[in-house]
Amino acid sequence: MEETGKTTRRQLLSTIGMLGGSALMYNMMTTLGYAAESQFTGPPKLSGARKGASVIVLGAGLAGMLAAYELTKAGYKVTVLEYQNRAGGRNWSLYGGDTITEMGGATQKVGFADGNYLNPGPWRIPHNHRTLLHYCKAFNVELQPFVQFNHNAYVHNTEAFGGKPQRFKSLAADFEGNVAELLGKAIDQKGLDASVTVEDRDRLKEALREWGMLDGDMKYAKNLRSSEHRGFARNPGGGAGGAPSPSDVFALKDVLDSKIWRNMSFFMNEEFQTTMFQPVGGMGMIGKAFAKQVQPLITYNAKVSKIDQARKGVTVTYSDTGTGVVTEAKADWCVCTIPLTVLSQIENNMSEKMNAAIAAVPYSNSVKIGLEMKRRFWEEDAAIYGGHSFTNQEIGLVSYPNNNFLQDGPAVLLGAFASGMSGYHLAGMTPAERIEAALAQGSVFHPESYRKEFSNGASVAWNRVPWILGCCARWTEETRAAHYQDLVAMDGRVVLAGEHASYVGCWMEGSLLSSIDAITRLHKRALEA
Amino acid sequence: MKMISKLTLVLAFTLAAPALADEPGPGGSKPPTPKTGQEVYQMVCQTCHMADGKGAVGAASFPSLASNPKMKMAAYPIVMVTKGRGGMPWFSDMLSAEQTAAVITYVRTNFGNAYPDPVTAEDVKRLSPPPAAPGH
Repeated sequence: MEETGKTTRRQLLSTIGMLGGSALMYNMMTTLGYAAESQFTGPPKLSGARKGASVIVLGAGLAGMLAAYELTKAGYKVTVLEYQNRAGGRNWSLYGGDTITEMGGATQKVGFADGNYLNPGPWRIPHNHRTLLHYCKAFNVELQPFVQFNHNAYVHNTEAFGGKPQRFKSLAADFEGNVAELLGKAIDQKGLDASVTVEDRDRLKEALREWGMLDGDMKYAKNLRSSEHRGFARNPGGGAGGAPSPSDVFALKDVLDSKIWRNMSFFMNEEFQTTMFQPVGGMGMIGKAFAKQVQPLITYNAKVSKIDQARKGVTVTYSDTGTGVVTEAKADWCVCTIPLTVLSQIENNMSEKMNAAIAAVPYSNSVKIGLEMKRRFWEEDAAIYGGHSFTNQEIGLVSYPNNNFLQDGPAVLLGAFASGMSGYHLAGMTPAERIEAALAQGSVFHPESYRKEFSNGASVAWNRVPWILGCCARWTEETRAAHYQDLVAMDGRVVLAGEHASYVGCWMEGSLLSSIDAITRLHKRALEA
Repeated sequence: MKMISKLTLVLAFTLAAPALADEPGPGGSKPPTPKTGQEVYQMVCQTCHMADGKGAVGAASFPSLASNPKMKMAAYPIVMVTKGRGGMPWFSDMLSAEQTAAVITYVRTNFGNAYPDPVTAEDVKRLSPPPAAPGH
């Protein structure tokens, strides 16, 4: 008995060490700018552009369109060049009837039913991304809750419970219950006497008992109290058979094997805390709403081949991707939002420092796979309404739709959100192989229904998206120190904008904040010129 | 001691994983481990350089590795794979020196390249010393 106590305490300590590790990681992420908060203080109030002053904006993603919108309001004559035949950039939703062709030539025709969609890029909006929320309101984008945190979804780890998924709530409750009980023992065994006052020891024990759902003996055990957090074996009901029965608690070792703390910690990151939002009808609604504001300014199918700035202005050479016709466009100033993966291959006469910065930032990869299912078996059979089931397999997670709850008819699951090695592996497959991998791996959560109810699927591997060749800019502490200020500096008459030019990387908020900062400095420079 | 080594391990893992802001989260942590050069190529490189090694063209291009004279000097692919350049990310945090050596040897002896002298893990380590441990 005593031996067991020792073992579990050592496991607890190593777990707390790991939690310290993720807190440390979070600090490091903040240093690298991945987790920084929005600095939004309101939309820019630019006015009084010099008569006839002009700006050419390269790229009609959110950063480019925001620049076009605000600079037009300030009095500039603005034109926008866009490589694709649509605006929005990574802000994008795929619907039934859409066709996607990736690098290498593989083509998919999306077969989703009316109203269903996949958001290949951004798919959730944090509550603290105030710039994006501001413009969603200004441009009448209807938002609905994005169910980020669902206690009833599953966690699967091939190394735990013989590969059987468990509900998040049960694992999290057992983790907290075990930690509470062990900490209570440590207090009783005077292990914390040096760090906690007598008065606080009592209060802490009371807190542990309430938080960890411990019984009167400070034990975490199978009873109705622990079941209130982890779920009952038999749920409370009505009438004669209404009495509930408690569920078994998991052994601490199994709980630790599941690495549940990683999931618990993930949901505590500020950007992933509730409330999160999504636009009604698909994330692409935001890009469409921005485009509505600046539509007449945009030239589509324009592939930029050269950016040439001189003392008096900027000349951008581009060709029409359909006809091949080459055009030179001139303007006084240029806001360039072209992703660095592409910009690094475009001829230009910006400074050496700028070009060194552009070449120093590779892009991450990620893969998303949408699977249309004939019915909502996750709702009907498993009582999962939105949120994510996580797995340590390559697909990373299965995420459930956050709209049209309890409806009949087909719905689209996010069947994979993979990055790193897993993302590369899935991206290197053919679209059909990706769907097969997603079905094989995702079946672990819903084995009876996953393949049976599958109707059709579509995948986007960001490395193979022809207009960006990657997902998001990957900065490190070293490249930030060496190149970030050069990248965001006005280079003569050109300034860069986009998530890559921000400390809120890989979020729409970063691209908007970057754009606001870029055009504010451009405007100031233009007035001084 | 055990605790410290575990903590270091976790840190190494989390730092090695590319940290994205809108990241997948705690999932996907156990992809298969490629061992041979061909396995590494198919699991990682062919995402961009394609199954035939010929790369691809879009708004910008992925260079072809096929019949590529730049493969002659092994130092070039070693530095590209471990340090990256432009759109090409570094893989020093994802592939071991052994895996890196294996895949470079594979590319240098396939896709119309015929540079049979194998690249070793020592070659890789010499040209790309491992980064200093975090926090030091």
